[in-house]
Amino acid sequence: MKKDLLLFSAFTLLVAAAPQLFKGGYLMNVLVFVGINTMLAVALNLLLGYAGQISLGHAGFFGLGAYLSGIMTTTYSIGPWLAMPIAAIVVGIIACLIGFPVLKLKGHYLAMATLGLGIIIFIVFNETVDLTGGPSGLSGIPNLKIAGVTFDSDVKNYYLIWFFTLAVMLFSLNLANSRVGRALRAVHDSEIAAQVLGVNARILKVQVFTLSAIISSIAGSLYAHTMTFISPASFGFNFSIELLTMVVIGGLGSIFGSFLGAALLTLLPEFLRAVNDYDIIIYGALLMVMVMFMPGGLVRGIPALYRKIFGQRKGTGNA
Amino acid sequence: MLEVSGITQIFGGVTALDSVSFKLAKGDITGVIGPNGAGKTTLFNIISGIYHQTAGTVYLEGKDVTGFPPERLARLSMVRTFQNIELFGGMTVLENVMVGMHTKSTSGLLACSFKAPWSISEERRIRQGALKWLDFTGITDLADQKAGNLPFGKGRLLEIARALAVEPRIILMDEPAAGLNSQETLALAALIKRIRDMDITVVLVEHDMELVMDICDRIVVLNLGKKLAEGTPQQIQESPEVIAAYLGDDD
Repeated sequence: MKKDLLLFSAFTLLVAAAPQLFKGGYLMNVLVFVGINTMLAVALNLLLGYAGQISLGHAGFFGLGAYLSGIMTTTYSIGPWLAMPIAAIVVGIIACLIGFPVLKLKGHYLAMATLGLGIIIFIVFNETVDLTGGPSGLSGIPNLKIAGVTFDSDVKNYYLIWFFTLAVMLFSLNLANSRVGRALRAVHDSEIAAQVLGVNARILKVQVFTLSAIISSIAGSLYAHTMTFISPASFGFNFSIELLTMVVIGGLGSIFGSFLGAALLTLLPEFLRAVNDYDIIIYGALLMVMVMFMPGGLVRGIPALYRKIFGQRKGTGNA
Repeated sequence: MLEVSGITQIFGGVTALDSVSFKLAKGDITGVIGPNGAGKTTLFNIISGIYHQTAGTVYLEGKDVTGFPPERLARLSMVRTFQNIELFGGMTVLENVMVGMHTKSTSGLLACSFKAPWSISEERRIRQGALKWLDFTGITDLADQKAGNLPFGKGRLLEIARALAVEPRIILMDEPAAGLNSQETLALAALIKRIRDMDITVVLVEHDMELVMDICDRIVVLNLGKKLAEGTPQQIQESPEVIAAYLGDDD
């Protein structure tokens, strides 16, 4: 716990210093996405890595947050800071209502049900043209404003997004190391033993599913206000899978792992642009290699690799 | 303390339990014994709310608790352990016992996430309570180990420590001596007596007859889903029906 908080403080300093290190530019825009994806990966990790419940529909909750904020602020001229919590509450209620029946399912069946949910939401974005603008998207979403400062540049957005991302990370770290976090991990390891000890697994799963959806919705609202334009393509099945990959590559059950996974999967395509046509092949191959050699994710794989190299050096030094 | 009445369980065409009834007195150690397939574990699964019986009633301290889910029974101070120990393998030994304090703490999801002051003091209380139970079962030195890495005997002690953290008035143990060596079994017998001395009613399913005869105040014998006999260890040892069931009949 103390170690986590220390790491979090160091991480916060790094995040605050990053704009100076990178001197603004295009990378700042990418780092905004790293922030949004970190929030989403952490949200999914609470469900998948801690409670052990899969969701292939999280892009749907992300999209709902984005569209609810987008529609409220454009069509109905509601202030963005009011629209965001309203969207989060609505998404939370939807997740809670869906969670009760759906989370009775286990394993593959839960994956199928949440997959269906994500696809339904995606279809709604596409088909309700009057409300969402359909496949051509929704534009003219206002930027967020605080005390006269409009968040309209990459650097400003960077600080805005990362303020929320860090808050979500701290919130999740606290949760993970608490009574409720332990109960979640207990349900993951042995649901029956957790129940025998008095943990209401069913309610707990619905709670964390709802929380996860609410965080995703907030990330969606922030996305809408920083991009000012949204279209259904960003919230499809592919993105749900990408989120799942971030969580697994980063490390299940690790908040910092979710950041590593989100950072890698967001930055890698940018770097691979240099090898244009082959990027997707290298991307796929890298993911395969990582899953094969770092089954615990980056967060456990990197220290293991470091120990291996460090240990070998020490060995040759003695010889 | 605990009363089962007319418990019948039918799986498909097989009658696993046929109208089993008995009463347990508070503060006793009761052994449930019987040959393999007698229905002992099925009976435990019904009492602890994991299975729903075809017919029959379970009373806990006079209250009808038939069909209550396990988490509700835990709040009514009944807890159980499993034959193949069910530990939370990815968590530390201390964290495992801390989960046992779940019903004795109340901080919700938001209080925990925002570190509300009461949740911090509660966390401290949970940790101290858990340490107390580790000390009681003698595994304090393993507190920071991953539960999944424990040898079987220590895992058994951890499961008991975790169950005690619920502060039960009745504890059901499914074959606590299975997989233990003779030294560990002796230590277990002493531990179970210490648990009884805290006024906790103990019920155990067990195959180790030496252990059962040594520590049990009363014994219930099941055979082929029916109650065959009930009494003190002395009475059971002398019962012709029980001897016939275990050793085979001459006829």
